[in-house]
Amino acid sequence: MNGLGLEQVWVYLSASPLLHLLATLLAFIVATRINRWAGGTPLLHPVIVAIALLIGFLLVTGTDYPTYFAGAQFLHFLLGPATVALAIPLYDHRERVRRMLWPIAIGTMAGIATAVVSAVGIAMILGADTETVLSLAPKSVTSPIAMGIAEKLGGIPSLTAGLVLLTGVVGCIVGPWIFRLTRITDPTVQGYSMGLAAHGFGTAYCFASVGAVAGAFSGLAMGLSGLVTAFVLPPIVHLFGL
Amino acid sequence: MSLIIGMSILLGCQFLGEVISRAFTLPVPGPVLGMLILLIGLMIRGSVPGSLRTMGEGLLKYLTLLFVPAGVGLIQHFGLISREIWILVVTLIVSTSVTILVTSQTLQRLARKRTPAKEHDA
Repeated sequence: MNGLGLEQVWVYLSASPLLHLLATLLAFIVATRINRWAGGTPLLHPVIVAIALLIGFLLVTGTDYPTYFAGAQFLHFLLGPATVALAIPLYDHRERVRRMLWPIAIGTMAGIATAVVSAVGIAMILGADTETVLSLAPKSVTSPIAMGIAEKLGGIPSLTAGLVLLTGVVGCIVGPWIFRLTRITDPTVQGYSMGLAAHGFGTAYCFASVGAVAGAFSGLAMGLSGLVTAFVLPPIVHLFGL
Repeated sequence: MSLIIGMSILLGCQFLGEVISRAFTLPVPGPVLGMLILLIGLMIRGSVPGSLRTMGEGLLKYLTLLFVPAGVGLIQHFGLISREIWILVVTLIVSTSVTILVTSQTLQRLARKRTPAKEHDA
């Protein structure tokens, strides 16, 4: 094939959704392998590595984000039904919730209030733009919910998505350290705290490093705190005059 | 066929959620209302249909993959990120640490008070 032919192939591929959908899947497979080689460290989380690989690919090929997203949107769309599906683990754990109703209710409200007030407060004190503050506010919530909240608030959904992922990484690094310092050994408490502060990343960490009970509680916290945050975050943010 | 039924239930709940969110201009995202609708539906029905469980748990298993397209969107915000990098780093680390600390301490104290005998099945 001559140079001109290759160029025509590239023109076709870069305009069709096929290339960037495939690139996203391949990047995720490679990133998962890299994470396994690195011993599963949260610093090289597959999602972070896959995003870095794809950003590198877009920069090298000179592709803009809307062109990439035209292909990747098929995966992105599934976040909606996946959010709805969080009702299934919530339903499965309804007995645990009923048994620990008050500790969970109070712990959830305290945790959500801390997450939102500290994120908005610190960012405002340090002088962040309003858009940045609004994008940071839902950072502890699982991304599909966080992006929806950011959009409704007037933040930047795609910035929120990135900040949510980074929050997950931070949570997996600082969480175990905090539990050691404060001598918290109860897996239900560890799991719930990780799921509330670090959403799906915290849940994945708990299943892998703490155990099934911690993982289940973490998943429960992720679903429940996402649901509650969607309702209480807008009024909290209004208290800051935003 | 079961995957189609499962997906239809999920999309149907999301659809209802979006309609309610927009009709009443609620600040809550449509999929979150969809989650609530599905949860209420499951409570009324008293069990999770097999088709829904297959589809839903399949989606949740690969949830991390679904974050990637939006995360790549960071490429559009390099300017903002490099301008406010230290604000973002400090906020994320401090806020996440404080959140884990407050949540775990609250739960630890309340759980200890309410269940003096530790439950081994929990």
